[in-house]
Amino acid sequence: MLTIDFLINTLSLGSLYAMLALGLVIVYGILKLVNFAYGELLMIAGYTLYILGGLSTTLPWFVIAILAVLVAAAISYLTEMIAFRPVREKSLTAMLITSFAVSTLLQNAALLIISPRARAVPLPDFFSQSVALAGSNIPIRNILSIVTAVVLFGALSLLLKYTVLGIALRAAADDFRMTRLLGVPANLVISTAFIISGFFAGVVAIFWTARTASVTPTIGAAPLLVAFVACVIGGMSNLLGAVVGGYLYGIIYSLLSLWLPQYLLDYREAFMFLIVILILLFRPSGLIRGNASSERVG
Amino acid sequence: MLELKSLHVRYGAIKALRGISLEIKEGELVALIGVNGAGKSTTLATIAGVLRPVEGTVTFLGESIAGKTPEAIARKGISLVPEGRAILASLTVEENLRLGAFIRRNHQEYLMDVEENIALFPILKERFHQLGGTLSGGEQQQLAIARALMSHPKLLMLDEPSLGLAPIIVDQIFDLIKALHNRGVTILLVEQNVDRTLEIVDRAYLLNTGTIQTSGSANQIRSQVDIEAVYLGDQ
Repeated sequence: MLTIDFLINTLSLGSLYAMLALGLVIVYGILKLVNFAYGELLMIAGYTLYILGGLSTTLPWFVIAILAVLVAAAISYLTEMIAFRPVREKSLTAMLITSFAVSTLLQNAALLIISPRARAVPLPDFFSQSVALAGSNIPIRNILSIVTAVVLFGALSLLLKYTVLGIALRAAADDFRMTRLLGVPANLVISTAFIISGFFAGVVAIFWTARTASVTPTIGAAPLLVAFVACVIGGMSNLLGAVVGGYLYGIIYSLLSLWLPQYLLDYREAFMFLIVILILLFRPSGLIRGNASSERVG
Repeated sequence: MLELKSLHVRYGAIKALRGISLEIKEGELVALIGVNGAGKSTTLATIAGVLRPVEGTVTFLGESIAGKTPEAIARKGISLVPEGRAILASLTVEENLRLGAFIRRNHQEYLMDVEENIALFPILKERFHQLGGTLSGGEQQQLAIARALMSHPKLLMLDEPSLGLAPIIVDQIFDLIKALHNRGVTILLVEQNVDRTLEIVDRAYLLNTGTIQTSGSANQIRSQVDIEAVYLGDQ
């Protein structure tokens, strides 16, 4: 039953969820803000694919894809600068409400300017092709999403570990006030977090929109929920928790699809959340806890 | 070097500082003493830009810094070691030091400063790759001071550096403050340990409920005020 294609498909799903969760938690870690406009960043990347794909038939797909990711990162940065920065000093509630406002605004902008109906995004041929591996047909798309996740997680780890900006990002998640007292500009750290967040949203958007080969104004709702739940399972206090939560979400979801009898498959989400509730009953702060600073006596 | 003029600070409706005026000259070691809630930490936090004054001025090297952000003030050369040390627990000792040098961009100088600090605090060499959160209280205090020194501050502010430390470590901390002072570092010190503090400082200000009750040299303070009475709450 646990065949190689099941394994790859599960890992692929988990990779997408882990990238989603990471993008959400990197902002949360510093600002303690669950950015409800996060899903709309996927939507924007999706529409960028649609618009660029329609405008130009000469641009290679991967150039369009990279541009879509960059646009998502740029819009993420702009929402921080225009919407969140002015209310940052006020209160967390103000920021939370702002994130709802940004989400609604972007969704309605898409409804108004483009269309409530689904729009097609360009897909390269290899996205619908498969390779034979150990007797199974594996979609290339799934292998690609796993590889992308591994590469990006590796790159992010290096950035966080070996660059001063990366160290500052981790420090800010630890103690934002102290980080500023050391001369690290608050805006620099927060902007960087939003850009990384938008970047991950954009990357996931490419795979997410490929499922239906289309984008709609409300496409962001589902990935936002997935990211949020994955963070809650894994633990909101660190990036590793988000990644673990994302993969776990993918694994549980795949196993449910495999094990649930046909007539219960429609209730897959309900079972999913039942398991999430069970996890939270036993680990209220998620599976991976933050680096609790335990001070030795001496 | 630093001058506060009739500084007023509030936490909501509570007036924490009611017209603090004080001055520190270059190379001086000055202490703020007084009971809990007198406004000592509030004064440091306001100078560092964590709190904004509702009234009054803060002038550093001839420039008004009141209301500027903590990062801007750090860049001007003021470094605060907050009460409780605020070690970045999930960062290693090395990373804490590296971030301490954030405002200085020269990597060669950074490496030299690390060497110098390790000579000053040998324990940090042993703990170099350990997470800050795994250090003992005394080690964390040394790291916090070393981290502050990494930025070559013109003014170093220490908030209760001896708090919660074993007596032998407290001795070390006071020796260290004296040594830094002798090297020419300008220091503004907040301490509960008044006797020890008056032994090493040039001047001190005695704060009481958000105002300066008296100031002067250690001897002047000792002769004017019954320190024990202040701390027992007779005043």
